[in-house]
Amino acid sequence: MLFALLNGRVLGVSGIVYGLLDRDPHESGWRPAFWGGLMSGGLLLLLVYPQAFGVSPSRSLMATAAAGLLVGFGSRLGNGCTSGHGVCGVSRLSPRSIAATLTFIATGMLTVLSINTWFGGSV
Amino acid sequence: MKSPLAAFVCGLLFALGLGIAGMTRPEKIIGFLDVTGRWDPDLLWVMAAAISVTTLGYRWTLRRDRPLVEAVFHLPKLGSLDVRLIAGSALFGVGWGLGGFCPGPALTSLVNGLPTVWVFVLAMAVGMKSYQWMSRRGVPGTASRQDA
Repeated sequence: MLFALLNGRVLGVSGIVYGLLDRDPHESGWRPAFWGGLMSGGLLLLLVYPQAFGVSPSRSLMATAAAGLLVGFGSRLGNGCTSGHGVCGVSRLSPRSIAATLTFIATGMLTVLSINTWFGGSV
Repeated sequence: MKSPLAAFVCGLLFALGLGIAGMTRPEKIIGFLDVTGRWDPDLLWVMAAAISVTTLGYRWTLRRDRPLVEAVFHLPKLGSLDVRLIAGSALFGVGWGLGGFCPGPALTSLVNGLPTVWVFVLAMAVGMKSYQWMSRRGVPGTASRQDA
């Protein structure tokens, strides 16, 4: 919300990462700056509230790598992720974002259900 | 240039919010998605709170002629649904449930240096790059479009 008020953009983390991978020299440095803010926030959390971080013991490195590929590819094909569609888009009552959010929550739930049913909860 | 400073502050606040709400712990995400098992509804409250604040904030913000530090608003068009949107979001959801991470929390967690997080973020970058590669080669259904 603050991001729209100040910089006039809808905040979407996947779009920001994608923009960093393929930089447009004509744009101001707001993407690296946002990324720097995220890193600094992470560092601050690490100092005062390290319990904020963790990894799941039920997910192997291989599963995590596959997950990263799907999240990266899917967020570009679907033009957004949990922040862009799930928070910003839904708040603007964008039909595309509402459909996207319902879709990724549904397939996420089905994925966890499948892992629990067929793989004993760990992959 | 004030725009990078404003973006920095937004990134910082966003990271703190995610961390304090527990969204940087994949166990919490997997717990939320585990509706038929031991369901952890916390993410629902986090989303509901974020959407409430953002809905009200947008109403007030978008009444202005322009944002505070830039000349114009850059908002995605409110378009109609298509197969790409649904297919992409479906794949995204599978990855979300498989790893317990989405882009924001994963980036925020990079500082703790855990290999799992780095592997996730690198794979995510590879996924995005391969999309771009397909899009530039003209693979059907991957032409570029701007949303969030």
